[in-house]
Amino acid sequence: MKFAVIVFPGSNCDIDCYKAVEDTIGQKVDYVWHTATDLSDYDCILVPGGFSYGDYLRCGAIARFAPVMNEVRKAADAGKYVLGICNGFQILTEAGLLPGALLRNNGMKFRCHATELEVVSNNTAFTNQYALGESINIPIAHGEGNYYCDDATLAELKANNQIVFRYAAGANPNGSVEDIAGVSNKQGNVVGMMPHPERAVDQLLGSEDGKRMFTSILNAWREQHGAAINS
Amino acid sequence: MKATVYVTIKQNVLDPQGSAVQGALHTMGFAEVGKVRVGKYLELELDTTDRSEAETRLTAMCEKLLANTVIEDYRFELEG
Repeated sequence: MKFAVIVFPGSNCDIDCYKAVEDTIGQKVDYVWHTATDLSDYDCILVPGGFSYGDYLRCGAIARFAPVMNEVRKAADAGKYVLGICNGFQILTEAGLLPGALLRNNGMKFRCHATELEVVSNNTAFTNQYALGESINIPIAHGEGNYYCDDATLAELKANNQIVFRYAAGANPNGSVEDIAGVSNKQGNVVGMMPHPERAVDQLLGSEDGKRMFTSILNAWREQHGAAINS
Repeated sequence: MKATVYVTIKQNVLDPQGSAVQGALHTMGFAEVGKVRVGKYLELELDTTDRSEAETRLTAMCEKLLANTVIEDYRFELEG
């Protein structure tokens, strides 16, 4: 299986994502610059965190028009796995690949700490190794992670089981609607989340609860391709 | 032609910046201040003299880039 980690000017979690793929599942992974015009080689696209284009105008607003984003859209349409983390989540919402938008944190502060999440859906390519309702420890680091969508979209998210992660009850760090920390598209192959699973892949980092997101992806890919071998 | 574009958070969406500014103003003794909304103001110079074309193009700019219509409203004025 082959992973791409997209790199925009201002991405800063690209190396963490790359290392997480290497260390957790040992699959092939490449950095792909934002000017790339072909992602057909890759089975999973990681859109990492950071401050693409300085977060000017709005987080992700300019990155979504980078040439590579046309290819990310094609990959998503083709059913490949796309995971946006933090700034990557903001970019995917700006691009319309995921519903909703991310507003300033309700407390106006940049929040950088461990958070307890509830796995709300384990029926995705990214969460199949978690138990439904499982509580996991994944860090956040953002100033604009306040998930917003209108009531109609929220009802749709619920009806289609598109809410993937919630912040634990009473521990919502940013004012997100219904404590939402991560959502998927309708098809379930595109997921965006504010917390950083790639920063939680070893006890030395404080938690290894993020590891299973990567093993989930590999597991889903193998099931889809009927491959038991490490390719 | 000169365009000024105003982008504001939708009325039904919480504006954390506006709330913080309101709180600061109250602390400073400006008790008369009600709701505060913080938005963006953009000045664009357009290389055109066709007003209706400018309006069409500006609408496209706002819809595509300048505003995120999930959370923001926009309006613009044209001069010259």
